[in-house]
Order: sequence, then structure tokens, then C-alpha cells
Amino acid sequence: MSRIESKDLTRMAVLARLALGEDEISSMTRDLEQILGYVATLEGLDTEGVPPTAQGFELATPLRADVPETPIDPELAVANAPARQGTAFLVPKVLEEEG
Amino acid sequence: MSLVEKLLAGTLGEQREGLDRRDISARELVAASFSRITARESLTAVVSRRDEAALASAEASDARIMRGEPLSKLDGIPILLKDNIVQAGEPATCASRILGNFVSPYDAFVTERLAAAGAIIVGRTNMDEFAMGSSTENSIYGPSHNPWDETRTCGGSSGGSAAAVAAGMVPLAFGSDTGGSIRQPASYCGVVGLKPSYGRVSRWGLVAFASSLDQIGPLARSVSDCALALDLIAGHDAKDSTSIPEDIPNWSGDLEKARAAGSLDGLAIGLPREYFVEEGVEPGILARVREAITTLEEAGASFEEISLPHTAYTIATYYLIATAEASSNLARFDGVRYGRRAEQPKDLNDLYERSRSEGFSAEVKRRILLGTYVLSAGYYDAYYVKAQRVRTLIRRDFEAAFESCDAILTPTTPEVAFRLGSKSDDPLSMYLSDVYTVSANLAGLPALSMPCGMSEGMPVGMQLLGPPLGEAAILRIGDAYERRCDQSVGLPPEKS
Amino acid sequence: MASELDRYEIVIGLEVHTHLKTASKLFSPAPVLYGEEPNHSVHAIDLALPGVLPVLNERVVELAIRLGLAIHGTVNPRSVFARKNYFYPDLPKGYQISQFEDPVVSGGWLEIEVNGKGEGKSASVGNAKTSMRRIGITRAHLEEDAGKSIHDVAIAGRDDSCIDLNRAGVPLLEIVSEPDLRSAQEATAYLRELRAILRYIGVSDADMEKGQFRCDANVSIRPHGSQELGTRTEVKNLNSFSNVEDAIEAEALRQRELIADGGEVVQATMGFDPVRRRTSVQRLKENSDDYRYFPDPDLIPLRIDPAQIEAVRAELPELPGDKRARFESELGLSGYDAGVLTANRGLADFFEQTAKACSAPKAAANWMTRDLLRELKERDVELSEMAITPHILASMIRLIEEGRLTSRNAAQLFPILVSEGGDPEALMIARGLEAVSDSGTIDGFVDAVIAGHSDVVEQIRGGDDKPLNFLMGQVMKASQGKADPGQVRQKLIDKIRG
Repeated sequence: MSRIESKDLTRMAVLARLALGEDEISSMTRDLEQILGYVATLEGLDTEGVPPTAQGFELATPLRADVPETPIDPELAVANAPARQGTAFLVPKVLEEEG
Repeated sequence: MSLVEKLLAGTLGEQREGLDRRDISARELVAASFSRITARESLTAVVSRRDEAALASAEASDARIMRGEPLSKLDGIPILLKDNIVQAGEPATCASRILGNFVSPYDAFVTERLAAAGAIIVGRTNMDEFAMGSSTENSIYGPSHNPWDETRTCGGSSGGSAAAVAAGMVPLAFGSDTGGSIRQPASYCGVVGLKPSYGRVSRWGLVAFASSLDQIGPLARSVSDCALALDLIAGHDAKDSTSIPEDIPNWSGDLEKARAAGSLDGLAIGLPREYFVEEGVEPGILARVREAITTLEEAGASFEEISLPHTAYTIATYYLIATAEASSNLARFDGVRYGRRAEQPKDLNDLYERSRSEGFSAEVKRRILLGTYVLSAGYYDAYYVKAQRVRTLIRRDFEAAFESCDAILTPTTPEVAFRLGSKSDDPLSMYLSDVYTVSANLAGLPALSMPCGMSEGMPVGMQLLGPPLGEAAILRIGDAYERRCDQSVGLPPEKS
Repeated sequence: MASELDRYEIVIGLEVHTHLKTASKLFSPAPVLYGEEPNHSVHAIDLALPGVLPVLNERVVELAIRLGLAIHGTVNPRSVFARKNYFYPDLPKGYQISQFEDPVVSGGWLEIEVNGKGEGKSASVGNAKTSMRRIGITRAHLEEDAGKSIHDVAIAGRDDSCIDLNRAGVPLLEIVSEPDLRSAQEATAYLRELRAILRYIGVSDADMEKGQFRCDANVSIRPHGSQELGTRTEVKNLNSFSNVEDAIEAEALRQRELIADGGEVVQATMGFDPVRRRTSVQRLKENSDDYRYFPDPDLIPLRIDPAQIEAVRAELPELPGDKRARFESELGLSGYDAGVLTANRGLADFFEQTAKACSAPKAAANWMTRDLLRELKERDVELSEMAITPHILASMIRLIEEGRLTSRNAAQLFPILVSEGGDPEALMIARGLEAVSDSGTIDGFVDAVIAGHSDVVEQIRGGDDKPLNFLMGQVMKASQGKADPGQVRQKLIDKIRG
């Protein structure tokens, strides 16, 4: 585990789609450094051969029968939309790069 | 004080009796609840209310009660929901700017159950934004205040629910608990709070903070009221893949039987050595908890010292897992389909970045950034996977402990409610105050916090932990304690 | 220059995304529908409303097992759903639920037919110089599809895009091949075979036009004989077989030219312009691609019981490759006929039932590959839409085999049987098309024709057999096609040369 630097934080901000000002970057870097410093206590703990726990406990896989339900009323689906065109959501032009 | 006001300040059980005896009507009770919410507005416990709808529902309850056909023991009882448990047609802001104008088109599983039971949902309670916090200060509505001392925090993140119950607005409110968010505020406000076993209560309709840790639970003025509430909201839900497909016991009925049987003979309660350390715990708290131990011994329980060797790692483990999950869970708040969108975005990326930056508070951003870092290439194994492995060790600690005891007793918090603002600038010290509560979430255990007296004029809470699905034992111990030595701290004194 | 370019071989691996044939979505009960108005087939789960949770569609598990068995892969007893985190407007949760470290199917292969050197058309033409080649499949995993961004200016305006989430959450299997393919033609042969399998086992309709079967191609080149893989690029979103072929060829050419010019290939996502037949860099693969995969805490790992795998195996239909081999070895069909008849399951089943009912597999194959397919093509219909049944075709073939119906008259009846069905024997009799087998009657026709064409008869007597066909035609005409051509020929020869 290494020290977090402001360039790491900037990269995380890009991944998390958060626009941070210079001040925020430096204060957040400081906070995260402190927290990660505390978290470093885990480093000393030997976890060789210990399986990871993802959930409280593992149940049998819950499954749903392949039976379609009535879809949500399209008007209701877009009722909370900040911008819409008919029953579609509207966003600034999407440039092809991912998908 | 009128009869209805007196009952409103009492337990759910007392209100039930009042309704069934027709001493009061549900409408009167609900109207009194709204008056009380108005009178204690300065607490900022309730952030939205549904006067008209609730009074109409109360009238329907009255009609059923008059016919002698109440839907359940909650029929006609006013209750509150934390602002992260959705109800169709109502806002669900999670105390965040980003959901400022969101109206849920659907009901949470819990909401549906409560409504079907005739409970009257009078409104929604304040919380730390997206349940991230331990003081209910991190909210667009401003901080909630502790009814015992308004300069102090009511705890968090379900602080609004705890304050509302403590201040006598409703006998029962619901919160969510990811690392102590029901138990810590319950402890700070002198009420009973129950975090059920992971998987006991469906998370469908609970806005996710950390999916593998979140659970919904009740806050009330008595252990038996919590049992009653759990009877209603627990059970398998096919819409939640992590819901346990177990039959649910009748907890409130079992409590009645346990009472008839009397003592706690044969019950072994563990006291984890690592939790009873002089440094870090306020003396007043240790004193109250030791008194409670004596009371329970008199009731027949036996105590033994146990060890939970990985206690020192719980906070670190918790914050790595919780923030990792949160960073992903909160990605859906992007200003595209609902919620707040930044004004005049110049392009798509600008829309994302400004909507999220303007919509989330500093604490939420901090946790998203930490969680993103924890999952990012090169750090995933060192942080996230490591934390999951330690989580296994913590779970095993409890498995070993529960081989020799039926329940574990600890203080709920190392200190009584702290002053508002005193930890706002120090996120780490805020995180560390969860030290006694997070392990139950990591291990999926049921955990109850209940009042056990006062220190420095503020309520003290003790915590009872049970093995997974072992709610019955901790409810039984809590109820026996409550009956033997009523330390329910009553309503806080009010300035007149 | 050309010889310089020929130094390189193309190495291709394909990633296929195929929609699973389910009534509802992967993790939500919204119906899977195509061509709906925007957001008309979505559930709260597909909108990623706050508080919603995924639950796995049971049907999907069975379909994944089928695919795993069909490609000779390992169906893993435990697979894990993971979140792939990235922001995109058609990705409502801000992450896609996929499988990463533990996919539902690992390993596997399928066989494609290639000619000697893997060049030219690989579609089999006769038995000549083709061989089977095994293409490795790395893995197949379950994931959800994204929604659609609509860029149409008429709908969304110039500066905006519309987001439609109808497709969001539709179940997909992503099937990833090993880099075992060596030409654009092999790539399409692989895709055709995979598509045929998916349809056979009912896993997917794999209709490319509906976007149910999409392909990304990883392309690299290396000097012939080299064992190392070159730097690869990924050509995205190829939505027809010809696009796949053209795009791979264009991309390989681009890479060869780049290297010939002293440059080097860099990892990138490529777009393909089908009109100009050119690939171009869409996005460089940078270190900033960081999807932060982690196990989805809302879902329990998928556990598949060995008993369930065996149950699915027992129900699994014979696969096209196996069927093709059996048609050749057991029924004596040519490689070509076997290939055509196994191209889809409906055709193969029709053929098998016909062959069984008439006990003449080769005749059944001939009628189907030539006449029946032509009829269908001319009418632009599916076999299932027509009235003809295996029983009808078999009855007709039996009449021919028994000598009661000549092939020529059968050809007259056939279009009617295809579209209207009916009993071939009754139809033959009603139309007076039954073969004349009475020797005396045929003698009469033969004698009349010989008498009427003495010049031609002389020619034949002189040793020239060519005009014999002309005389046969005359006899057949006189008999209105009802005479057996073999019998007529023999009688003519006997009587002329007698």
C-alpha cells in the first residue's frame, strides 16, 4: 500500500465523474492519506489462505421464473427526468466511444 | 397533558391498547403526532410529512378498529420512515441535493408491508446524506438535534428517526444500519434500536449505501415494540437476492412466552475483552454497562469473558468495503434519468461531473473517491480483497465466540452524544466512533441497542449481539432487562 | 510490395455478443421486446431507480448450460456476477453486471470447415479440398445489454441524444474465441457455425439485423511461422457477416501497411466504415480504462448443480456438426447436401423425417436441396410457412421409386404440394399423371414415333446415338409424360436396332 498523491486523486475524480477544484483535491488528498494511513493497520495481518467474504453468507442462487411483468408506465419512467423528448431521456450529444 | 398526548409519548403497546379500548382514535393519535412534529420542528427530525394522506389512512384504520378488524397491531399507529426508504408518490432525497426533486414511483418492500398492516406513515426523517455519517449533520436539511440536549448530535445516520422517537413524535420509526446507523443514534437518544441479521429484511426500496452491509430496522421505545415491528417487516422477498428464504419466527409472541417462563437461567452472555478497555471508553458508559450486567446476572444470565481478536481491524475493514460498494452504488446518480442535473451542461462529461459535484456533499465525494481508489487497478487486491479476507476473520471470531455463548454484550458507543460540529472537520475520528457497531454488519449479525441509564445527563446505550438469525435471544435478554429494571429513559425534559 | 505484405499472417479472435431467447430480462421482469417506442419495455430495475435490486432470470441459466455443452466447454459449478464500472448514458446503473474472474462457461471449441490453406471461400463446395479445423473458445459469460443512444437529428436535435432503455438489461452471452482464426473467411465460417449452433439449441435467434448477434474482432498480424502474437486492435460493433469480413481484411491491410512503412501497431479500439471499407482508430486503449470490477454484492454467486447440467445434456439436440457427419456416414449424403440440410434445424428435421418415411435418403436430399429450397427462395418464405410435410414429400418420392410417377411429372406436382399440401397419389391420379406402365400402350407410342421419323431412325441405325434423345422426347410427349423414360429408351433401341 502506497501513499496517495494528488495525481492519484485527480485520476479517481475522473473515474468517478467528480469535478474537483484545486482546494478540494488537496484537502481530499490529505483526508484520504490520513484514512489510508489508518487502514494500513491491515497490512500487518496475515490473511494467507483466508477466503474473501463478499456477503454475510452465501445462499443458494435465488432465481426468478422467466415470466415478463407489465412494464412501468413510460410516462412514469421519465417523470423524474431532468430533460426528456417524448418518452426518451435527453442528454447532450453522445459521442461514440464506448458501448 | 391530554390522554392522547400521554399515549403518544408512550410505547406502541400502550397506544395499541388505547386504540383497541377506543380511548382514542387513530385520527386523534395521528393528528397529535403531527402537532408534536410541529412543536419540535427545531430538532429537524422530520424532513417531509404527509398530513392529508396520513389522516385519511387513520380514518380508514378507525373504521377497521370500530369493526373490530384491525389489520395488525400497527393498524392506526403513526410511524416515520428514514428518507432512504422509498414510498410511491413521495420524495426520497436521502438528504442529498442530487435527489432534491426525486419522487419515487414505487414502494419499498418494508413500506408495502407497513402500509398493508395499517401503519400510518406520517412522514420521512432526516439522515446523513446517503447514510454516510454518524451525526445527521451531513444533510441538505441541516443537522438534526438531540432532544436531550439540542447542542448535541442525535447520532447518525438514522438520527432523524431516533430523535423523532425520543421526542415522542411517533412510537416507532424505521432506519437503516450499515455500520451502526440505527444503534448509535438509538443509544445517543435513549431509545431502542434493532439491526436485524443481514438478509432478514428485504433491501428492496432501500437506497443502497453498501449493499453487503445495509439492513433496515426499527427504532422504538421498548424492546417488545421492536419485536412487533420486526414481525411485520422480516421475511423472504423474492425481489432481493440477498433475502434469506427462512420462515420467520413470531418474535413478539416468543417474548410473551419467555416472560411467562421468567428468568434468563441458562443463558450465557459473552463480554468481549477487546470492547471493555478503559482507554477510549467514557467511564460513565462503562459504569452503566457494568450495572446492566449485574441486573442481568440477577435475572439469571451468566457472563463470561470472550475474545474477538480481530476487533482492532474492524473499522479499517469496514471503511474499505463500505466505500468500495458505495462508489459503485452511487454511480447511478448521474443527472440523466432522475435527480438534479447541472444547469446548461456544455457536453455529456460536463453534465456528469457538474451534476455529481454539485449534487454530493464533501463527505459523500470523499467516500466515493476512497471507494474508487480501493477498487482501482493496482490497489484492488491490497485494499478490497484484503478487507474481504479480514472480514472472513472477523466473522470467524464471532462464530467461535458463539460456540460458548448465546449473546454478546458491549457498550453501543464509546462516548455519549458529542457536540454538534465537534467532529465535522475530522472524518477519521468520526469513523472511529463506530468502533463497537461495525462488526455486526461485517459479520451479518443481529444487534440491539437499548438504554441502560444516563451519563453526563445523556443517555447511555448497551448493545446485544446475537449469532446470525439469532434475534430471538437478544430480544429476550433485552426485554428481561427492560422489565427488571426500567432504564428506558423516558421523554427528555423540555424547555417550556 | 505484395510479396512483402504476404509475409504476414492474420491472427483473429472474436467476441460475440448474443441475445438470449428469454421472455424477460436478465435481472428484471420487463419483457424483452424489439421495436418498441423508447422506454416502453422497462422496469424500475432497468431505470436503475434508487433502491432497486437485481434477481437472476432462471431461464438464462439453462441456456448458458446448453451453450456450454454445445461448445464442449466446462459449465462452472460456481460463477460470479461482477460489476463493470463506467459512465455512459445508456448504462443506467453506472455499471454493467457481467462476469469477470469466474465466467459460467470456460474453455470449449467448435469446428469449422476450411479449405487446404485457409484461403478463399471456406463455404464447402462439394467434398473438394476441405477439412475441419477446431477453433478454441476461451470462455462464455453472462451479462446485461446496455440501452440505446439515439443520435438521429430529426428526433434528438443537433446537440442532443435520446436515451432509450428498452434494450437495457436484455440477457447476453459473450462468447470469446481463442486467437485461432487465420483469415476473414475463417472468421465468418466460425460465426456462421456459432450462429447455427445457437439457433439449433434454442439459445438465441441470433438475428443480426435485430442486433441479437454482434461481433467485435481482435485483429493482429505476424510474420508467417512466428509463434508470438502481434499487438492487436479491436474492431467494434460489426453487424453483418460481410462487415466482419471486410473489416478484418481492411484492418489487416492497415496493419501491414503501417509496419511496411516502418510504423508499429498500437492497442486501440477501431471503428469500421463499411462504405469506404476502412478502419480507423476510435479510441486508444489507455491506462485510464479502469473498470474496477468487483463481485456484485446484490447478487449471490451462481451455483450450478451437476445434476442440472446432466438434465440439460439429456435434452440437448444433436448439434449441426454431429448431424452433418451422421448424414454423410449413415445416410450416404454428399458433404454438400449434408451441409445444406443441416444449416438449420427445421430443414434437418424435415429431411430426417422424410428420409425415414420414404427410405430413400438420397432422393429426399435431392428433392430438398434442389427443388424445395428453390421453391422457398422464389417465394421468399420459410419452410414452416408452407403446407408441405415430410409425409407428403416422402409419399411423392415413394411414387417415383415405385415407377408410378415420373420425375418430370413429379416436378409438375411439386409446387402444388409445397404450397397446398394434399395427398400426392390422389393429386397424381386426378391430374392423370400416373405413369403408363402397360407395355402395349407404350409400344403403340413408340411404333408411331418410329414410323413418323424414319430419317432419324436411319441415323441411329447408322450408329449415331445422339438423336435417340429426340425420339425419347417425342414418345414422352405422346404419352403426356406418363411413360417411364427408361422403359421408352429400351424399347426404342430394341425396335430400331432389333
